[in-house]
Amino acid sequence: MTLGTSTPLSATGNASPVEPATASPGIALRSVTKMYSNAIAVENLTLDIPAGSYCCLLGPSGCGKTTTLRMLAGHEAVSSGEIWMGDRRVDALPPAKRDTAMVFQNYALFPHKSVRENVGFGLKMRGVAKRERAARVAEMLALVGLAEFGDRRPTQLSGGQQQRVALARALATRPQVLLLDEPLSALDESLRVKTRSELRKLQRQFGLTFVQVTHAQDEAFSLADFIVVMDHGRVDQVGTAAAVYHQPASVFVADFVGDNNIFAGQVLSCEPVGDRERVQLAVEGVGSLVATGAGGIVGHQAACCVRADQMQLAVGDRPPHAPNQLSARITAIEFTGYVTRVLLRLPNNSQELLYKARTEDWLATGYQEGQLLNLSWSPDACIFLPH
Amino acid sequence: MKTWKQLQTYLLVTPQTLVFLLFLLFPLLTIFVVSFWEFNGYAMSPALILGNYKAIFTPVYLATYLNTFKFTVIVWGLALAIAYPVAYFLAFHIHDLRWQIGLFVLCTIPFFTSNIIRMISWIPFLGREGILNQVLLNLGIVQAPVDIFLYSDFAVVLAMLHLYTLFMVVPIFNSLVRIDRDLIAAALDSGASGLQVFKEVVLPLSLPGIAIGSIFIVTLVMGEFTTVRLMSGGQASSVGSAIRNQIGSLQYPQASANAVILLLVTLAIVVGIMRTFDIRKEL
Repeated sequence: MTLGTSTPLSATGNASPVEPATASPGIALRSVTKMYSNAIAVENLTLDIPAGSYCCLLGPSGCGKTTTLRMLAGHEAVSSGEIWMGDRRVDALPPAKRDTAMVFQNYALFPHKSVRENVGFGLKMRGVAKRERAARVAEMLALVGLAEFGDRRPTQLSGGQQQRVALARALATRPQVLLLDEPLSALDESLRVKTRSELRKLQRQFGLTFVQVTHAQDEAFSLADFIVVMDHGRVDQVGTAAAVYHQPASVFVADFVGDNNIFAGQVLSCEPVGDRERVQLAVEGVGSLVATGAGGIVGHQAACCVRADQMQLAVGDRPPHAPNQLSARITAIEFTGYVTRVLLRLPNNSQELLYKARTEDWLATGYQEGQLLNLSWSPDACIFLPH
Repeated sequence: MKTWKQLQTYLLVTPQTLVFLLFLLFPLLTIFVVSFWEFNGYAMSPALILGNYKAIFTPVYLATYLNTFKFTVIVWGLALAIAYPVAYFLAFHIHDLRWQIGLFVLCTIPFFTSNIIRMISWIPFLGREGILNQVLLNLGIVQAPVDIFLYSDFAVVLAMLHLYTLFMVVPIFNSLVRIDRDLIAAALDSGASGLQVFKEVVLPLSLPGIAIGSIFIVTLVMGEFTTVRLMSGGQASSVGSAIRNQIGSLQYPQASANAVILLLVTLAIVVGIMRTFDIRKEL
């Protein structure tokens, strides 16, 4: 595999991706479970990560995403189950034998070594000759735009620069899979957005498989080819960013992804419409709502959600025969720039709702705080959440 | 308000400053002054002579200094060899805090009793008719009682190790527990073997701890006299025991000159260690 250009990351532009000589292997987890003495960290996880894809493990802290990543890297042993990379079973192999490299959350740079020694560490451990090592280190430092910083100590660098050193160190041994543990969480907002696109560019350029752990949905949305949403050691949903955003599979996903109004209730009826189901729910304090989805069982507790920008607001009487509608009073209007967030409260219960609109459109309506409005949305915009 | 704040700060540091001035700096200055005084065999008188210092640079005294260095080097080396594995074990293999504390208390057992009692209790253990010799005789490992266990350099080193190894364990343990475990994971991730992880990551990051432990051992052993006296049966000498003998025969100026030289040598070693290793981040 050739590493290609030595152009600094930020200046690569849309250079044509360098084709790897050996295809990056796909990763397969088969019923992987991680148990600690008193708790299950990851439960029966089965997941396929296609070769050369950018995968984000998304979830709140303690959901098992980092444990999963460390099991992929070999820093945690699996309690049961199998991990495959390509046609090799790797779950019993030590980290160095897996063709993976990890970027640690706090970068884990060796404080007593120079930047150059840090980047060249893996090569030194693998017995690469000094001259070849120096050449590769220089290439890596140029790649991350730190060519002049080789002699510094990590503590003499900014957070963003340290992060680049960590990346360079991970890439120096030419791994097939890069595992990133919250690589952006220690950076400030503007640097995060910039580094985000650089990561994506790097992944495309080398055709590597990237697996990244994150708790920030915007990070996952902007980076990942597909997202694995995890909660309590289990996978709640696997899908593209668009699928996770538009079709959340569970109450947890709908809530975690944000911008959703969720209603819990009892399933009254289910009828197939095409390959989906129309599910009618009885929601306390709201009445009956009609949602679209699959897996509804009459009589069971379930939920449905509607995205904050998918509701229509109107003044006055309810339009007849419209299925999903309710009245709510505006409690707060938050201007955030392009979008305005409006908080509404149902008069008959304590649930708070969120409505979002383009600021321009919102101002055109002229609605004021304290006004009672009629909210409605179509059954297609109402996602049924079986659990 | 502001002046009161400032005054408060000064008031808070005053007691310690006074203690230092009165009980450390003043005696040291006295020793320094007295080291230039004269001694005529039964009394000392103020003077400004270098004779006491010249006497130190004679073969008899230099041998005493060499002997002190010998004890220091041997005890330091053995203490490091014993303490590092213990500290490593406590830091990396004991994960439960209660176990760590419990095992540390075990390490402090030598300090549960007074120095003299500790030293005397070696006699029935190491002596000619002692437990160790009896056991070795009964097991047939030796045919006749071994004399060098007690009243020998061996006994001196053993007793010092018994006392001082903990001073090496604690700082090394302290620096080892501070090593970010992700650094070790990162080294393994880069393909380092267990030995390489130790050589490239753990050992360099624990050097400041070794340095602090070394300062303790060097300053303690360089000034030793009770252990040397008791455990060698008066046969071995150290600068400390020489000073004591001189004080015993009222040769205060000579004892003072020795004390000044010993202090300077010890300080030079400590400064050398502090210059070589950055121990600030450990404190």
